[in-house]
Amino acid sequence: MNPRQRSARTATSSGLPGPEDTVRSVLPNGITVLARANFNSPSVVIGGYLQVGSLFDPDEKLGLADFTALALMRGTERQDVQQIFDALESAGANLSFSAGTHTTGFSGRSLSEDLPLILSTLTEVLRQPTFPAEQIEKLRAQLLTGLSIRAQDTADMASLTFDQILFTGHPYARPEDGWPETIQTIRRKDLASFHRRRYGARGMIVAVAGAIEPQQAVEQVQEALGDWENPDQTDPPPLPPLRPLKKTTLRKVKIPGKSQSDIVIGTSGPSRKDPEFMPASLGNSILGQFGMSGRIGNIVRKKSGLAYYAYSSLSAGIGPGSWEVSSGVNPGNVQKAMDLICKEIAHFIKKGISAEELADSQSNFVGRLPLSLESNAGVVNALLHMERFDLGLDYYRRYPDLVRSVTMEQVVSTARKYFDPDLLAIAIAGP
Amino acid sequence: MNNLYHQHILSNGLKVLMKEISTAPLISTWVWYRIGSKDEPSGRTGISHWVEHMQFKGTRQYPASMLDKAISRDGGMWNAFTYLDWTTYFETMPADKIDLALRLEADRMVHSTYAPQEVASERTVVISEREGSENEPLFLLGEAIQQAAFRIHPYHHEILGDLADLRSIRRDDLYQHYKTYYKPNNAVLSIAGDFKSRTMLKRIRELFEGIPAGSPPPRLARPEPNVRGEHRLTVEGPGETTYLQICYHTPASSHPDFFPLTVLDSLLAGPSSLNMFGGGGISNKTSRLYRALIEKELAVSVNGNLSVTSDPYLYTLTLTVHPRHTAEELLAAFDDEVKRIQDERTPKEEITRAIKQARALFAYGSENITNQAFWLGHAEMFATYEWFLTYLEKLAQVTPADLQKAAQDYLRPQNRVVGIYHPTNLQEAA
Repeated sequence: MNPRQRSARTATSSGLPGPEDTVRSVLPNGITVLARANFNSPSVVIGGYLQVGSLFDPDEKLGLADFTALALMRGTERQDVQQIFDALESAGANLSFSAGTHTTGFSGRSLSEDLPLILSTLTEVLRQPTFPAEQIEKLRAQLLTGLSIRAQDTADMASLTFDQILFTGHPYARPEDGWPETIQTIRRKDLASFHRRRYGARGMIVAVAGAIEPQQAVEQVQEALGDWENPDQTDPPPLPPLRPLKKTTLRKVKIPGKSQSDIVIGTSGPSRKDPEFMPASLGNSILGQFGMSGRIGNIVRKKSGLAYYAYSSLSAGIGPGSWEVSSGVNPGNVQKAMDLICKEIAHFIKKGISAEELADSQSNFVGRLPLSLESNAGVVNALLHMERFDLGLDYYRRYPDLVRSVTMEQVVSTARKYFDPDLLAIAIAGP
Repeated sequence: MNNLYHQHILSNGLKVLMKEISTAPLISTWVWYRIGSKDEPSGRTGISHWVEHMQFKGTRQYPASMLDKAISRDGGMWNAFTYLDWTTYFETMPADKIDLALRLEADRMVHSTYAPQEVASERTVVISEREGSENEPLFLLGEAIQQAAFRIHPYHHEILGDLADLRSIRRDDLYQHYKTYYKPNNAVLSIAGDFKSRTMLKRIRELFEGIPAGSPPPRLARPEPNVRGEHRLTVEGPGETTYLQICYHTPASSHPDFFPLTVLDSLLAGPSSLNMFGGGGISNKTSRLYRALIEKELAVSVNGNLSVTSDPYLYTLTLTVHPRHTAEELLAAFDDEVKRIQDERTPKEEITRAIKQARALFAYGSENITNQAFWLGHAEMFATYEWFLTYLEKLAQVTPADLQKAAQDYLRPQNRVVGIYHPTNLQEAA
């Protein structure tokens, strides 16, 4: 059976991706392939994900999805770890995996002549990993070292603690890379069983951009992965609803001996598919992104000289999102910085925004598209983004209109819906 | 990647390098000043970096708030970096908007105001930047090693400067530094992207040629004397992880030995990418040190960094020590591996493989216009752009004999500083 095709035509990279220069094809086993050509440099980037993530992890084995993803390349039925990496590295190619909450992602790059090598490695490690015991123990030591470094990183710990407050009782409260004690309890057989029951072609997405005809890229993916079937593949558990905060909650993590503290202050945000995403995104730009980190950067860095970095960010994915302000300050200035940030959030909610601020951020969103899409990696990200959130292959063509149609009222009402100055999650990590 | 570019020196000494790339509707422009931390005397450390910050505080024509808004409104990206040898400012913009960036750079080459209240608020920002870096064990270790490796040469101090100086430098010191080093005859303008060189050069002349040249800026000529033996040092600080850094003195990047050293680094610790923007790197699991130290569980990570500098600097290997071993055990195993590359002639195929890796990494970087414009100017800071254009050829000429000689000449214990970060395991839950 031939792949179903929606469109096919060779593209140039000068314009934004669209339906006529992007091939999208769904293979019979459920893999969606997206491809777009760019012959400006002789290389190719591949990216994608499978429908398996830390949502499947039992609490006592948190980090299992991530451990499994990282262990895939440590040995297969045909090759050991040195053989796998010798082939890739000899070609100057790269392939790596990492697990998130909902999905396990992969990304690779090579000279275009070596795309078959990337694909054969991808299919082999996905379908025939052996999780060699000796390699698993080496990887475990590396993961544990990574977690000790995380425990000492004020920015990481503030962010992790913020998620624990905001998403209390929800799977998003759990760090995907687990805890030292959960990584210690994971056995080799857990990895093998996790792989057997959770990994499969259904729902898998693969995107390719670079110096290859899109149709040829689709055929290569089909040849490598088109016959992958796993009848045991399970669907991810449903997401429970988010329980809203009942009062402002502040938690401190003490990391002695550090010279700077990190602060994260924020609230929940819309999911990516929510119509409020675009107004929230523009609101976030005004609050803490535009120019030198928006209003937050202006008040905390520029006017008060309190921090080298102070900005806001909006994280929106499949489930409930978060909207937060982050800053790193001298431990003696934590309270002062917190007060300034909270005051600025309150002002933003109460007084709203100006027409000029909205126009500035809209213009920035539209103007920066060519820059974000100039490289193959940028195009692969865009293709995956369109697919994951059902945005349609014409999304980047419609994007300028989508951005410009947002009104001041929408931005303000969205910000008010999510941000209540009296209901904030606040995390501080420092000495 | 095409190798065509245009080069002109304006009547005021400003060197302009232009490269037409029409793959995306973008232009990236960079202004490079030959001033970095290596021209800072004691008492003024960190001043170049602080001046870089002040250059974002505006001019009479372009007040600070107007600048970042104008660039961001057009969807541009802009930033600046201060290094040992140079300070650089860049903008990457949609091609039809680049004029704003050029006007801004011409203006702030001469007209930045350095208002006292801006100096005061930026003082605490640069101090905060330093405090954030001090949170990182590898920053603390790196700084101690730099100080031990250079007693005379101003590579001795960190680019961010010492806290004592960040507290005492005054507004007039900053302004004086700016006026001394920010001169067209001490600068290079590199620009790459979707334009026609003839039209672009005309516009650059209109904007920059009227800026008067200055007298050649003063330099701190303090070469480091020959090293007389190995230095070892320890740094203690918070954490649970031990780090080992081994730093060998190496020649300037324009020196012919830089190329065998690059191949040596690739074989030992995996290929490093030259790409400042885009491209990413590749893994190093089949490198010699990974196989000898990580696979044998003496370390959990290794990476090598051969810095690109105008004066002799350092080749740094950074290792994260495995929790079941000590830094000393790791160092002994490391030395065995270095001895092997010094004693045994490397097979030609291993070098050929390193060249293929470098070629791939080079191709990845060429996708990115910002990266291309970066190299067009950066290479001029320590050699010329030809250095970059012939980089792969020079690597390909490295023979097994060159490699062995470089290993014997440079990777000697007498030529290095060894630093160990000992964690004090202070972590406790609140």
